[in-house]
Amino acid sequence: MPERSRLISRGWCVVLELIVISTLNGVLFGILLFLMASGLTVIFSMLGVLNFAHASFYMLGAFFGFQISRWVGFWPALLIAPLLAGALGAAVERFGLRQVHRNGHVAELLFTFGLAFAIEEIVQIIWGKSPVDFRIPPLLDFSAFTIFSTNYPAYKMFMLLVSIIIFAGLLVALKKTRIGLIVQAALTHPQMVGHLGHNVGRIFMLVFGVGTALAAIAGVIAGPALVTQSNMAALLGPILFVVVVVGGLGSLPGAFIASLLIGLVQTFAVSMNGSLDGAFGPLSPAYAQTWLADIWGVTVAQIAPIMPYVLLVLILIFRPMGLLGTRDT
Amino acid sequence: MSELTSSVAPPYPAFSDKLKFYGIWVAAALMLLVLPRIFGSGGALTTFSLIGISIIFSLSYNILLGQTGMLSFGHAVYYGLGGFLVIHAINIISANKLPIPLPVVPLIGGLTGLFFAALLGWVSTQRSGTAFAMISLGVAELVASSALILRTFFGGEAGISANRTKLMRLFDWNFGPQIQIYYLVAAWTLLAMVAMYALTRTPLGRMCNAVRDNPERVQFVGYDPHVVRYLAFCFAGFFAGIAGALAAINFEIANSAYLGAIQSGTVLFSTYIGGVGFFIGPIVGAMFVTVLSLSLSDLTSVWQLYFGLFFISVVTFAPGGITGLLMMHRPLLKGGTLGKVLPFYLIALIPTFAMVAGLVLAIETVVHHTVNPGDDPNIRAFGINFNASSPVTWIVALFLIVAGFVVARKTWSWLARAWDDALTTARDRGYHA
Repeated sequence: MPERSRLISRGWCVVLELIVISTLNGVLFGILLFLMASGLTVIFSMLGVLNFAHASFYMLGAFFGFQISRWVGFWPALLIAPLLAGALGAAVERFGLRQVHRNGHVAELLFTFGLAFAIEEIVQIIWGKSPVDFRIPPLLDFSAFTIFSTNYPAYKMFMLLVSIIIFAGLLVALKKTRIGLIVQAALTHPQMVGHLGHNVGRIFMLVFGVGTALAAIAGVIAGPALVTQSNMAALLGPILFVVVVVGGLGSLPGAFIASLLIGLVQTFAVSMNGSLDGAFGPLSPAYAQTWLADIWGVTVAQIAPIMPYVLLVLILIFRPMGLLGTRDT
Repeated sequence: MSELTSSVAPPYPAFSDKLKFYGIWVAAALMLLVLPRIFGSGGALTTFSLIGISIIFSLSYNILLGQTGMLSFGHAVYYGLGGFLVIHAINIISANKLPIPLPVVPLIGGLTGLFFAALLGWVSTQRSGTAFAMISLGVAELVASSALILRTFFGGEAGISANRTKLMRLFDWNFGPQIQIYYLVAAWTLLAMVAMYALTRTPLGRMCNAVRDNPERVQFVGYDPHVVRYLAFCFAGFFAGIAGALAAINFEIANSAYLGAIQSGTVLFSTYIGGVGFFIGPIVGAMFVTVLSLSLSDLTSVWQLYFGLFFISVVTFAPGGITGLLMMHRPLLKGGTLGKVLPFYLIALIPTFAMVAGLVLAIETVVHHTVNPGDDPNIRAFGINFNASSPVTWIVALFLIVAGFVVARKTWSWLARAWDDALTTARDRGYHA
């Protein structure tokens, strides 16, 4: 009898371990998504243009971080790479988007689309198509704590910490400083801010630069943990846009909820191995060769990549404006 | 009453106008017939077939972007699904010996595109503008990722193939040789072009334009913009399905690349580069982009970068695309002032070309040093040999870029001034468009 209860309790431990680890990973992924989605949302609210190349700046951040950490080490790279990418973003706004603005919103979106295409090509030319060897700095290469039997890496806690510090800093800057006040005003009433004598163009450039720098920070800290490769923008970009549409275009709290939601949904799905096959028993042999067998045999982990898009379709059916969206574009 | 009708209804077209209108279509048909007699080589026929497919696909895309104002990043979904269903249909037809000849098979692709557009379109067209663009991207990713999961139907990475020659024969054609496929594609291209042009002349086509320009006004008049967008989406899906079917017949294979983001991007590129403002724009764009991608890939290894940069410059400097650029000159041509502008074009083009040449030189040099650093530095791009390691090349490239940029800015402002003068003169003479 004690033997059996021990087995049961061990089974519970496995489930609990899975839940704790997946929650941690999910929150982490969600925070990373929000690092990018927040910049994207603020840029969209202010300039009215959805920056299609936002994920490309995330990728640039990762590659800049890789290259700079090779030359001078990881810690300087953590600072320099986002600054570089942010300067690049500001230049894109100043010399690219501002020229395209008179051609309308479709042209602006297409400009950033072309930019994303070109950045991917340039990254491929410089760093090649295969993943680069971007490693976790040795200082952080240990396990922070052990839950049941899993060692949780310290680097992931570091990622979480960096993100939270950045958000705290941004929040203070936005709420307590003069420039933050002007940015807040320019979000809703750009004309009025201009009439009051502020340089709206420079604010736009600044916001674009900061937004892309945020994406680049996400790239630098995610680069060593995930794979740094020339297709990382193309992989993450669509999920990022799902986040902002699900949250409601232009809504920061919505983007936050959607980031966490998608982060959690995807990480939990990846860790689950169930399939219809496992739940209801194998399919009768008559259907084994048909397309039904694919649906029957696919595991939850395998459909994890399409979960965000399924969520998008569901949200659009039940709440076309997104979770916290209020305005149409 | 009669006064009202005479001022509201457009005048009945004169005989000469009608002749001009139908003459264009007859000329297009004749050209399609004669083309293989002039350029009969296998490569040319393949290129023509690809252009025809691209024309149908781009025109279907323009139903969304140009006519209804919906920027879609996932139009290849309907193209690809049409292609997949057609491959399956060909396999089923030839296995069961059904009496269906190949020329009607593209219709199956079209109906597939229509079916899936009707299914996914209602959700997709809930929103317009930027939200629609993002939704189309999400739906496209959903379908493309699902295609990799449903391996039995979509054949996984390798795709599925079929043999087009095993179908019932029509006029003793087995559609093995490329020339017969060319005529099949040409016939469908002409048919689809006529149908899509006719669509722009229907009340629905006009409502689409209204939804694009002022959806609020459309609601006041009593239409639901969502329904209009949905109908446009369905038509676009139908014609995209036909294009996908023809592509599948042409290659005798359908794989996941048909559905993918690259295919969606390509149709966006060709439509926009051709020009979304005119019906003929996507046709021009399809020809231009197909030929460009076929020829650039022979000239340089990083042709996609040039392609992306070219697209960015079109978006920045010529938002009307090629046709928009050409149509800008119509009042000048009619007003007889085009001659005043042309010399300035020649002056402006010289430094511009110098700048582009410098950029190309710089890009090719960088590519040489990053992609294949150990190779012989004497490289060849665009048919020109140069040494990528010599400082002379770098200095020449830098000089061309900087000097070209400075001079080009000056000459383009001259051109702009000459242009304004010419346009004013043309307007004074009564030619406005």
